[in-house]
Amino acid sequence: MMQWETVIGLEVHVQLATQSKIFSGASTAFGAEPNTQACAVDLGMPGVLPVLNENAVAMAVKFGLAVDAEIPETSLFERKNYFYPDLPKGYQTSQMAQPIVGPGKVEITLDDGSTRSVRIHHAHLEEDAGKSLHEDYHGMTGIDLNRAGTPLLEIVSEPDMRSAKEAVAYIKALHAIVTYLGISDGNMAEGSMRCDVNVSVRPKGQAAFGTRAEIKNVNSFRFVEKAIAFEVERQIELIEDGGQVVQETRLFDPERDETRGMRTKEEANDYRYFPCPDLLPVTLDGAYVDHQRALMPELPSEKRHRFENQLGLSAYDAGVLASSRAMAEYFEAVKDVCGDAKQAANWVQGELSANLNRENLEIGDSPVTAEQLGGLIQRVMDDTISGKAAKQVFQALWDGEADSADAIIEARGLKQVTDTGAIEGMIDQVIADSPVQVAQYREADEAKRGKMIGYFVGQVMKASRGTANPQQVNSLLKQKLDQA
Amino acid sequence: MHDKTLTELAAGLQAGEFSSRELCQAALERIEHLDGELNSFITVTAEQALANADAADRAREAGDAGPLAGLPLALKDIFCTQGVRTSCGSKMLDDFVSPYDATVVEKLRQAGTINLGKTNMDEFAMGSSNENSFYGPVKNPWDLSAVPGGSSGGSAAAVAAGLVPAALGTDTGGSIRQPAAFCGITGLKPTYGRVSRYGMVAYASSLDQGGPMARTAADCALLLETIAGHDVRDSTSVARVVPDYSAELDTSLAGLKIGLPKEYFGDGLDPEVETAVREAIKVYESLGAKVCEVSLPHTHLAIPAYYVIAPAEASSNLSRYDGVRFGHRCEDPTDLEDLYKRTRAEGFGEEVKRRILIGTHTLSEGFFDAYYLKAQQVRRLIRQDFLDAFDEVDVLMGPTAPTPAFDLGAQKDPVSMYLQDIYTIAVNLAGIPGISVPAGFAGNRPVGLQVLAPHFAEAQLLGVAHQFQQATDWHLKRPAFGKEMA
Repeated sequence: MMQWETVIGLEVHVQLATQSKIFSGASTAFGAEPNTQACAVDLGMPGVLPVLNENAVAMAVKFGLAVDAEIPETSLFERKNYFYPDLPKGYQTSQMAQPIVGPGKVEITLDDGSTRSVRIHHAHLEEDAGKSLHEDYHGMTGIDLNRAGTPLLEIVSEPDMRSAKEAVAYIKALHAIVTYLGISDGNMAEGSMRCDVNVSVRPKGQAAFGTRAEIKNVNSFRFVEKAIAFEVERQIELIEDGGQVVQETRLFDPERDETRGMRTKEEANDYRYFPCPDLLPVTLDGAYVDHQRALMPELPSEKRHRFENQLGLSAYDAGVLASSRAMAEYFEAVKDVCGDAKQAANWVQGELSANLNRENLEIGDSPVTAEQLGGLIQRVMDDTISGKAAKQVFQALWDGEADSADAIIEARGLKQVTDTGAIEGMIDQVIADSPVQVAQYREADEAKRGKMIGYFVGQVMKASRGTANPQQVNSLLKQKLDQA
Repeated sequence: MHDKTLTELAAGLQAGEFSSRELCQAALERIEHLDGELNSFITVTAEQALANADAADRAREAGDAGPLAGLPLALKDIFCTQGVRTSCGSKMLDDFVSPYDATVVEKLRQAGTINLGKTNMDEFAMGSSNENSFYGPVKNPWDLSAVPGGSSGGSAAAVAAGLVPAALGTDTGGSIRQPAAFCGITGLKPTYGRVSRYGMVAYASSLDQGGPMARTAADCALLLETIAGHDVRDSTSVARVVPDYSAELDTSLAGLKIGLPKEYFGDGLDPEVETAVREAIKVYESLGAKVCEVSLPHTHLAIPAYYVIAPAEASSNLSRYDGVRFGHRCEDPTDLEDLYKRTRAEGFGEEVKRRILIGTHTLSEGFFDAYYLKAQQVRRLIRQDFLDAFDEVDVLMGPTAPTPAFDLGAQKDPVSMYLQDIYTIAVNLAGIPGISVPAGFAGNRPVGLQVLAPHFAEAQLLGVAHQFQQATDWHLKRPAFGKEMA
């Protein structure tokens, strides 16, 4: 059986979070009534001219710096000419020969915590088209130009990925970068990140790439995985059956989890790119780039390394906690309140994540605030409550029973008994009430005693209604039982 | 009144000799009586004009009027005017009412001028005779069997016939200067970037520039200082202070160095045109200027380069006319492709289609380098020719066009029509300013002297033209057409 290797490259369109469009002053807000957010410029009225949105430039530059890319001093807007009803001017203003972001690289983290680097070929700015609405128009097509002119950053990778998992990890890494930078809301359901996936297969060990298919319209992490899985299988089957992969554009159908070839006519376009005469070349000097660099927050990979090296977290924990800006900020806030990074990491990834997943909530929507969780961990660390009680307190916080862990501990009487005298009293009583067990214990050897002590601990805890400090109970019991 | 210059009319309004309403009324009457023959207007906005004239009169009474308030003007139908049809001379935009004002239209309105209407033009500004208009050709007031030139032929004819004292035109390859020359008026193409292109329907974006067409250089100065300046809505407009052009008109010409490009006096130049131009240059010598011959060695490449670059840009600029959002739309399209094909086949005229096809071809894969990139290289050489010449001399002079106005229907072959622009086209490729000034006649048809200056030297250009007009009376000559009307 032939061993196959998958080769994947991605083009990711990220919608930039500017207030207004890339070449006009119209709003970019999502979800407005059709054609209410399109001005004369977006409609491609005769005589209108584009004016470049400086925020879109700043955002693209920040992205470039985040992926260690070269920022060329000059970049150029070009026109990509083709006819389509939702493309008002008959051309898309884009970048081709001289994009704003040059070659760079992104570090991706796989499920096992290992990392690798994916090279970025370039990233360029362009305007989005409108939307064609084929439903509800009785055989006609509705055009909504609200989205026309929305700024997009198209990030083009090298064909560096070798599995669907790597492709997903790459998109997640991009998602983390753009949301960390605040240059996109990263909302894939609303189309803020859209992927075209280039997939090919080749026999393992072969240097030359196979013929690739470009899959368009893949708009969630899950779809990327499914589309690639389907396409890889399709290509391998095709070749093994003696066929050939043709270079073509395919559409992913999320209803059926399959890709389908588009009519070849639709891609027989000659886009006739040429420099847009209405826009000046964009020139960015070193001072501008440095200024944008100074405005950048700490990035996911920097955070991950700091969590690992300075806070002493495992590579896995550091990777998970740094995966989104919201998660990382929550974790750091918990850590700052409780003063212990490992405890904070355990709680955020354990109890908190479990609850969030169960109720399908984002960390930003967590009913337990970082301050509350930090306060709870503090009470565990200073032995005010046991770990077991802490879970109860967490649940009570989640349910909104009170504002703080302290209030819940107080109300439920969960404070641990750490008074040695009181615990000793309870131990003496248990020993007095269990002569048979005590005798058995004392006859046993050290190995058996270790198991048998559990019975006494349980009795003491029961007597204290769970409030006795288990470690204290354990050591005092041992002293007293071993005395005789 | 129709013989007066803008400057004279402004003074008359200021002195209360007549009101803006009287002035506009008289102009509208002339249009009413004479334009049936001339066809210089596509749309006349009489009612709106009179209402605005009344407003200007009231403002003047209230002491609130600027120097241009109440003066009637006309706009080439390429400038978007809110609420008024903006056809660009095309069937495609026959029903297009602009929802917004072009920047220059806005500036003229703020200055209080009164727009009487939209003037005829070659469709989408593509042409040198005004015969490519969906609304029919315009006639030359000096000789009704002759063309007025193009593409701003309506504006030129309307000014020459005294229908309006001044008008705006646009110039992509000579479209202000050549019709100004053919109609015996003064027309200025400013430096590329001096006047905002926002709201000017695009033909070839890297070459298009709006400018004034009037009786005198002084009137052009008055209008240019009103419409020029940086516009945040046009990224190619230049942030540079607009000089007080009117104040600089009288700067002495003593010691002025005039260069005569030898390429502008070669084969194909009509002898009568040459005689008139050489006579004009003698006038400059008498005013103290020094004249020498210079060379612009790449002149012969200007027309080929232009007919690659301009159609390339046009093919893209005109893609928006697809029948989807505005403008002409074919009846009952069977599908999307049918909609595109028939809409564009029906909506565009022959010359526009020709240039779209040329441009689409030159931008195509496999041809782009050989045509578009090569033409851009030539464009840089042509620009350098001018920069080198301006190291030696202050201004360049020559004929605006190789011949006087030709007869309607005389130019049958597109290439011979393109050659009409041989002296004007390189100026657009280089981005420098140029002016055409009346300088005599060839038979009964006017001859224009073209003066060229370095980038942003409009003040000098206007001064050089103005002082010629102080020394000569060619600009005061009026055609017999319409003379019978007071």
